[in-house]
Amino acid sequence: MRRVLLIAIFFTALLAQVPAQAQATNVVFIQNATILTVTHGTIEHGSILIRDGKIAAVGTDVKAPEGATVIDAAGQFVIPGIIDCHSHIAVDGSVNEGGPAVSSMVNIADVLNPADINIYRDLAGGVTIANILHGSANPIGGQTVVIKLRWGKQANQLPFEGALPGIKFALGENPKHSNFGPPAGTPARYPATRLGVEEVIRQAFTEAREYKKLWDDYNQRKAAGEQSLLTPRRDLKLEPLVEVLEGKRYVHAHCYRADEILMLLRVAKEFGFNVRTFQHVLEGYKVADEIAASGAGGSTFSDWWAYKMEAYDAIPYNAALMQERGVLVSINSDSAEEARHLNQEAAKSVKYGDLSANDALKLITLNPAIQLGIDNRVGSIEVGKDADLVIYNHDPLSVYAVVQKTLIDGQVYFDRQHDLAARPSLEKEKQALLEKEKKAAEEEKKQEEKSNKKPEKKQDQKKNPPKTGEPSEGVSGGAR
Amino acid sequence: MRIRSSRERASLILIAVWVTATLAWAHAARGEGGEPRYFAITNARIVPVSGPVINNGTVVIAKGLIQAVGANVAIPPEAWVIDGKGLTVYPGLIDAGTDLGLPKPEESSTGGHARKSVVPSEIVSGPEDRPGATPWRLAADELKIDDKRIATWRNAGFTSALSLPDGGVFPGQGSLINLAGERPGNFAVKPAAALSVSFKPIGGFFSFPGSPMGTIAYVRQVFIDANWFAQAEPVYDANFTKFERLPYDRTELVIDKSLRSNEIVLLPANSSVQILRALRLADEWKISVVLLGAQQAYAVTDILALKKTPVLISLKWPERTKDADPEAEETLRDLRLRDLAPSTPGALAKAGVKFAFYSDGLAAPKDIFKNLRRALGAGLAADAALRAFTLDAAEILGLSDRLGSLEPGKIANVIVTDGDIFNEKTKVKHAFVDGRWFEVHEEAPPDKPDEKKPERRGEFPEADAAVAR
Repeated sequence: MRRVLLIAIFFTALLAQVPAQAQATNVVFIQNATILTVTHGTIEHGSILIRDGKIAAVGTDVKAPEGATVIDAAGQFVIPGIIDCHSHIAVDGSVNEGGPAVSSMVNIADVLNPADINIYRDLAGGVTIANILHGSANPIGGQTVVIKLRWGKQANQLPFEGALPGIKFALGENPKHSNFGPPAGTPARYPATRLGVEEVIRQAFTEAREYKKLWDDYNQRKAAGEQSLLTPRRDLKLEPLVEVLEGKRYVHAHCYRADEILMLLRVAKEFGFNVRTFQHVLEGYKVADEIAASGAGGSTFSDWWAYKMEAYDAIPYNAALMQERGVLVSINSDSAEEARHLNQEAAKSVKYGDLSANDALKLITLNPAIQLGIDNRVGSIEVGKDADLVIYNHDPLSVYAVVQKTLIDGQVYFDRQHDLAARPSLEKEKQALLEKEKKAAEEEKKQEEKSNKKPEKKQDQKKNPPKTGEPSEGVSGGAR
Repeated sequence: MRIRSSRERASLILIAVWVTATLAWAHAARGEGGEPRYFAITNARIVPVSGPVINNGTVVIAKGLIQAVGANVAIPPEAWVIDGKGLTVYPGLIDAGTDLGLPKPEESSTGGHARKSVVPSEIVSGPEDRPGATPWRLAADELKIDDKRIATWRNAGFTSALSLPDGGVFPGQGSLINLAGERPGNFAVKPAAALSVSFKPIGGFFSFPGSPMGTIAYVRQVFIDANWFAQAEPVYDANFTKFERLPYDRTELVIDKSLRSNEIVLLPANSSVQILRALRLADEWKISVVLLGAQQAYAVTDILALKKTPVLISLKWPERTKDADPEAEETLRDLRLRDLAPSTPGALAKAGVKFAFYSDGLAAPKDIFKNLRRALGAGLAADAALRAFTLDAAEILGLSDRLGSLEPGKIANVIVTDGDIFNEKTKVKHAFVDGRWFEVHEEAPPDKPDEKKPERRGEFPEADAAVAR
C-alpha cells in the first residue's frame, strides 16, 4: 500500500511540473498583459486567446470565451518563446563524435534525452525552442535537430515537427585540435591546420557528389528497366552531405575568424550549397558584407570571448554591426546556464550598438526562427502561430525580469509559482526516501549479523546421509 | 579339470556368475559413465510451472530427460529413488544473463578487446573499420569450466544460464548453457542463443565510436551493410564480370546469418529513456529485440506490452554508490529510481510483458535471491517470479520446448528443495542437470574458513568436482 502511495506521489510530482490547469482545456486566455509581439509592435493591456495550441486572437478587445483557462498577467510582459540557436542540452553522452574528421553519420536526434534537467531550467529562462547541435571537434560534425522544450514528453515528441534537420560544421582551432589532442604516443588526427580543415570539407563533398551520382545513375538505369543491377551500398556518412547539396539540410558552421568564414563561403559556392548559419562568428563584423551577400545568418554571443586564441579579436558590437550590414543575426547560449538569461544577453545589444528594444528582442525570437526555417510557426506573437509564449514580471530586457510562466503549444511547461509551491513537498519526499533507504540498510545489517551467528547452530543438526546411499561429491555453496 | 563334488561345482558356478556379473557391470559402468541415469523423486510436492502443483507425486528422470511427472507414476525398476517427503521439486532456474564460465575479456583468445578493429586502432575512422566487432564469438567456445561459480550457482538452484561475451559494440553471441558437464561441449544447450549489441562508446574522445550516438550510427550502418551484402552477393555472383569484386566482411556475414535465423538481438536499455530509444531503433532496423536491464521499465509498461517486447531484468538494483561522498547531494530522481526499480517485475507482470531475470554480475546467488525478494515485496507474485526464472526465461530464449518446466520429454534440469524456493531459509537439496544428480552440501559457516571446503573423496581435480560420481 505504501508502495502504491509512493508511486502515486511520483506521478503527482511528474504532473506537478506540467500544471494541470493548462491541460484541462484547449482554450487558454492570457489577459491584461503588455504584449511584445515583435512583428506588430507592443500592445498594452492586451489579451491573447489560445486555441488548440495556436494563437487564435491578439489585441485589446479580445474576450475570454466561456470555459477558457484564464491567466491574468496584469502588470506583466508577454513575449514569443525564446529560441536558442546553439544548444547542447538534452543529449545523452558526448555531444562530439570526436574520432573521425567527418562524423556526419551520427545524429543528435538518436540520443535526445527528454529527462535532462536542463530542459526544465532552460524553460525557467523562457526558452521554448533549441537548436541541438553536435560539438565542434570535426570539420564536418554530426546531424542536428531543432526541438521544442516539451518537458515531461518522450524523446520522439521533442523535435520541432517539419523543421529542416541540420548538420554541424566546425572551422579553426577545435577541428584541428589546437588546444587539445590525443594522449601522448598516439598520432595526431588529420587535419592539424586550417588548410587541412578546408581540404577535409572539400574531400567530403567530392565524395558526396560521387555518391549522389552513383545513386542517380542507379535509379536512372533501374527506371529504364535494366536488369541485374547492383544496388549501391547506403553510406550514412555521405547521405546527409547529399542532403546538404540538395538543400534539404541546413549547415550550421562553428567559426571565429574572418578568413575561415570566407574560406567556407568559397567552398560552399564551389560545391553549390548554402551555409545557413555561421555560429559564434565572433569576427563576423569584419566580413559582414560577404556573409550578408551569401544569405547566411550569424548566430553569436553578446560579450563572451578571449577564451582561446581565435576568440580574441571580438567586440560586443558584433551582433549590432552584422545586423547593420544586413546579416540576419541571433544571439545564442551554447551553454545550459547562459540559456537561462538569453533575454539579458539580447539586451546587451541595446547598450552595445544601440539596437532598438524590438530589434534586440528579435535576436532571440524571430531571427533565430528565420535562421532555423521555422518562422512560419514561431518567433512572434501573431494569429495562427504556435502559442509558444513567455510571461515576465518586468520588461524582458530589464535585469529585473524574471520568467513567471513559459508556454509551448498553449500548454504551461513552467510556472514559477507552481515550482516554488512544489518545493517543500519534493523535499519532503526526498527526505522520506533517504530515511527509507537508511532504515533498509540498518535492517539488512542486522539480518546479516543474525545470519552470521546462525550457521553454528545449524552445524549441530547435520543432514542425514543421502537416502540413496550413493556416494557423491560435495560441493560447497549450498546455502544462499 | 574334474569336478569332485556338487559343492565344488556350486562354487565354480557361483564364481562364474560373479565374474560374468562383474564384467557386465563394468561394461555398463563404462557405457554410462558409471553413474545412475534413472531417478525417481517420490512423495514430493511438485511444481511443474507449466501446470498445477501436484501435492504428492513423483518425478521420473531417465537418461537426461524427464520421463514422467504425476501423482501416480510407475517407477522404473532401475531408478534410484529419492524420498521426497517434505521436499519440493521445481524445474531448474535459469539465470538469463551472466558471464558464468567466461574468461575475463583480456584472457580471451578469440578477441573481445573492446577497441580491436580490422585496422590499427589509431586510424579507426568510422563504421567501415569495424571497431569492437566480434559478433562471431560464441560464449560456448570460450567456456572455462573450472569457473567455481558454476557449482555455486547450481547449488543455489540454477541449472542453466545465458552466458554473454563482453567487450566492444558487437561483443559476440550469448550461449545458453547447462551448468554441469565434463567438458565445454556438454554445457552448451544453444550455442548461438542471442546476438549481443552494446551502445557503450569504446573509442574515448579520439577514436570511433566515442559517443552513444556514434555507437548507434555504427550499429545502424552495420545492419544496413549486412542486409546489403546479402542482397548484393547473388547479383554479383551471377555477374562477376560486370562488377568490382565485393569485399569479404565477417561481421556482415555473421550478423546477416544471425538475423535470418531469428536469433534474438539483445539491446541494453535500463532507463525509461533508453527503453523507448531501443524500441524505436528496433522498429527502424526491423529486428525483434529483447531488452537487457529494464530497471526503469515500471514507467513504460504500456508500450512494452503494446510492442510485445520481452525484457531481461537486471537484479542488480541500483544503489547508492559505495564509498560515495557522504556530503554529496542525492538527486530526487536517483532516489526515486532506487526506490521504484524493484517494482518493475511486478508492474511488467501486471501489464502482461514477458520477462526473465539475470544476475548482471552479482557476486553470489544469495544476492540474486535477496534482490528478488525486494521485487516480491514490491508487487511481484511468487508464481510470476518462478515463471520468470524458468519457463518465461526459456521462452524468451526460444527454448521452452526443452527447458523451463517439469514435463515429460524436457531436459531433466530439476531441483529439489526443502521449502519454497524464494524463502530465505530454504535449501536446495538435490540438483539435476541433464539428468545427472548433484547432492548439495551445506555451506560451511563463514567464521570457520578451514571447514569451508568439504572433504573431497574423488581423485579428480576441482573442474570435475562439478560432476556427480
